[in-house]
Amino acid sequence: MGLTHIIDRRLNGKNKSAVNRERFLRRYRQHIKKAVSDAVSKRSITDIERGDNISIPSKDLDEPTFRSGHGGLRETVNPGNKDFTTGDRIAKPSKGQGEQGSGQGEASDSGEGVDEFVFQISQEEFLDCMFEDLELPNLVKKQLKDTTSFKYQRAGYSNQGNPAKINVVRSLQKAYGRRLALTGKKRESLKKLELKLMDLESSTEDDTTEIRTLKLKIEKFKTRIKKIPWIDDVDLKFNQHVKIALPSTSAVMFCLMDVSGSMSKMHKDIAKRFYILLYLFLKRNYKKIDVIFIRHHTSAKEVDEEEFFYSRETGGTIVSSALKLMNDIIKQRYPAIDWNIYAAQASDGDNWNGDSPLCLKVLREDILPQIQYFAYIEITKLEHQSLWDEYESLSPEFPDNFAIQTISNESEIYPVFRELFSRKESHHG
Amino acid sequence: MGKPSDNNYISTSSEWSFELIEKYDEAIAKIAKEYKLDTYQNQIEIISSEQMLDAYSSVGMPLGYNHWSFGKQFLNSQQNYKRGQIGLAYEIVINSDPCIAYLMEENTMMMQALVIAHAAYGHNSFFKGNYLFKTWTDASAIIDYLVFAKNYISKCEERHGIDEVEKILDSCHALMKYGVDRYKRPPNISAKEESKRQEEREMYMQQQVNELWRTIPLNQDNQDEVFHTQFPDEPQENLLYFFEKNSPLLEPWQREVIRIVRKIAQYFYPQRQTQVMNEGWATFWHFTIMNTLYDRKLVDEGFIIEFLTSHTAVVYQPPFDSKWFSGINPYALGFSMFQDLRRICESPTDEDKQWFPDIAGSDWLETLDFAMRNFKDESFILQYLSPKVIRDLKLFSIKDDDQAEHYHITAIHDENGYRYVREQLSLQYNLSMQEPNIQIWDVDLRGDRSLTLRHIPNQHIPLADSTESVLKHVHRLWGLDVHLYSVEENETLAEFHCPPLNTEKPE
Repeated sequence: MGLTHIIDRRLNGKNKSAVNRERFLRRYRQHIKKAVSDAVSKRSITDIERGDNISIPSKDLDEPTFRSGHGGLRETVNPGNKDFTTGDRIAKPSKGQGEQGSGQGEASDSGEGVDEFVFQISQEEFLDCMFEDLELPNLVKKQLKDTTSFKYQRAGYSNQGNPAKINVVRSLQKAYGRRLALTGKKRESLKKLELKLMDLESSTEDDTTEIRTLKLKIEKFKTRIKKIPWIDDVDLKFNQHVKIALPSTSAVMFCLMDVSGSMSKMHKDIAKRFYILLYLFLKRNYKKIDVIFIRHHTSAKEVDEEEFFYSRETGGTIVSSALKLMNDIIKQRYPAIDWNIYAAQASDGDNWNGDSPLCLKVLREDILPQIQYFAYIEITKLEHQSLWDEYESLSPEFPDNFAIQTISNESEIYPVFRELFSRKESHHG
Repeated sequence: MGKPSDNNYISTSSEWSFELIEKYDEAIAKIAKEYKLDTYQNQIEIISSEQMLDAYSSVGMPLGYNHWSFGKQFLNSQQNYKRGQIGLAYEIVINSDPCIAYLMEENTMMMQALVIAHAAYGHNSFFKGNYLFKTWTDASAIIDYLVFAKNYISKCEERHGIDEVEKILDSCHALMKYGVDRYKRPPNISAKEESKRQEEREMYMQQQVNELWRTIPLNQDNQDEVFHTQFPDEPQENLLYFFEKNSPLLEPWQREVIRIVRKIAQYFYPQRQTQVMNEGWATFWHFTIMNTLYDRKLVDEGFIIEFLTSHTAVVYQPPFDSKWFSGINPYALGFSMFQDLRRICESPTDEDKQWFPDIAGSDWLETLDFAMRNFKDESFILQYLSPKVIRDLKLFSIKDDDQAEHYHITAIHDENGYRYVREQLSLQYNLSMQEPNIQIWDVDLRGDRSLTLRHIPNQHIPLADSTESVLKHVHRLWGLDVHLYSVEENETLAEFHCPPLNTEKPE
């Protein structure tokens, strides 16, 4: 036996199981999605962006093997006898499967007897599951339509270009090649002459005239070779870049909320959760995203997040004020050409009656034509009012970028969200 | 050793270092040599607890192919570990040459020494010496084979998709315990040859199978008695082998996957049959070696007390009525038996002389060495379980007959009971008694080529509810109808079919 090798493996990768873990998640995707969906409806908003414990019924994960069932005759040896003697009879526990303790075969290794298999997934995996199968409406259209943002990408070399883009290596390579090609013959002759000269010089010393003419000739060739320019215009190579149209990767999201007296804390809480879902979802699709909060009662105001969710107002409701403000902000700061625009409006459905047609007008004429998606959620358990009816009439006109939904309690937030953004097959074309 | 009252402690702090590990290993190796332990070369690897979790979930293989069930195992251990429900085993040792033993970086110096003695000298010598390991495993080739297997499976995934490969692996895993030849000696696995021959085999096997089916139409003209011969000639216990060779519809790569699972099952087969012996042997040796270190004043009192605390926990056997009880602790039973065997050799009582005339008073090293080499759990217990160990563990035998109203105590740790308890305990470690006996019985060559399996119940014990699901896996591997009959004394007790038979339409 040789010497023992002692090896420090601690620096080796520790995620050897990562692939197997991922295979597991892949296989139980459906279970995990369900668990995530349950978690989303239960959790408080600030909690959403975090990993979670997922639990799956153990029986669903079973790896079946041929095993012995209950019944039959079995005899087992056990340790720790206290007062049994041979021949004793012990009453069986009343019916049912009270057979544990009879050390049958190997004890199971993986927490058997526990009904739930619990494990953790990361935040990333959690969100992945949460937004799986969801899609931002009209993203495709936007990509095709607007080619306002560009990126330059290298695309080989060209013979023209500005001096800043000269590719030195390529240019010198070309120059060298050209010099070789143009001077080939001359250098061949030059070599011959030089050899001849060497011969002459070593053999005789008298033939000076011949040597002199030879030297002259050699000199002539040398100058001719030198005349070939070291680098020429034709040698120059330039890095070529092509302009590639990029889909716009910046998005703005408008959160519109009614904060009038009729909106209770419960309403706002539901709205907030919905907005957070939307925000997380957009964040996964766009590199950069701006969020604009607009709250309104009888008049609208752009506010920060804190104020948006927490301050209270009283009074009546004029929805169109928020829509108008939104339109103004778009015009001033978020031209539709450069921005993907999303908007979500939450309300309890209350509006000053005469205002609803105006809302419709602003939406139809100003807002909807230039934005990606507008989702209206009405948080109410009551009958719909005029605002809903007006909005509903818009749906057929803008089937792709306008949607309305009702939420009556917290557990509906996530399903409604999924409904709004579920991937639609028939969209393209 | 040394001057009296003087010491030559290797270390006195609980912090370990590479230098110290080396020193301890040297000291332990020296003692092991004195005790004539014959081992493969050792390779000791220091790993972190995360890496230990990884090692856990690959069932102790240093590398394995990818499969979701290993991921499940990993998540499970990870969760339990995080919750503090389990501590990590402080060692994993691989039956390979060189023999790889993992030490966790969190261990104290004492633990590292304990693991070295236990794994690198205890288990290692068992792997090298025990007849089952010698017959069934080729320690020098296993790592290469696992590399081959991993690469092959991932190649299959690329070519046929993860789902397809996963399906066939699921089915193979379900039948993994039925993937060994219990009686035949398997040929050695060599990775190089394995990949060289793999392609030839693909071609050949496919031909074989085709051949098998081609004879059918030819023979249809002269249907006669000859045709009633059964296929296979004899019932087959190695289901995976049968499918690999004879399943009519599998693709060559699927046969190769079956083969891989089968080979790995075979590699682990000896471990399943020698749990008590293997752990008992390793525990006996760590105990003996650590005490020798102490006797020679190479370690101090703190060290040996820490050791004894840990050792005592490992060999604790909770009584049957304790809430900690989960069957017989193989460490406890195995350790007691080897320890007792030494006692019988060194200071036999009259009882020992009566029960073990051949070994009472013999050379203990030779006797233990012989026992380690030539037995498996079942035969080891039958041969060596002494009345003293039965008394110490207070073993008793209890019968549970589902026809009877009471449990019946059939024997306890007394004069009349020793032999009976010993036989019963031995049976308990007989794998073929513990796992349902299921064999390939017949293929209907004349008709629909359906496959019939037979279950021969042991002591009227029926098959569990999982049978239906396992049969689906059998069906996947066979590709055609599959039937399973539980037959006891020519009486069919239960039957299972996949796909389920068309039962009469309900009215």
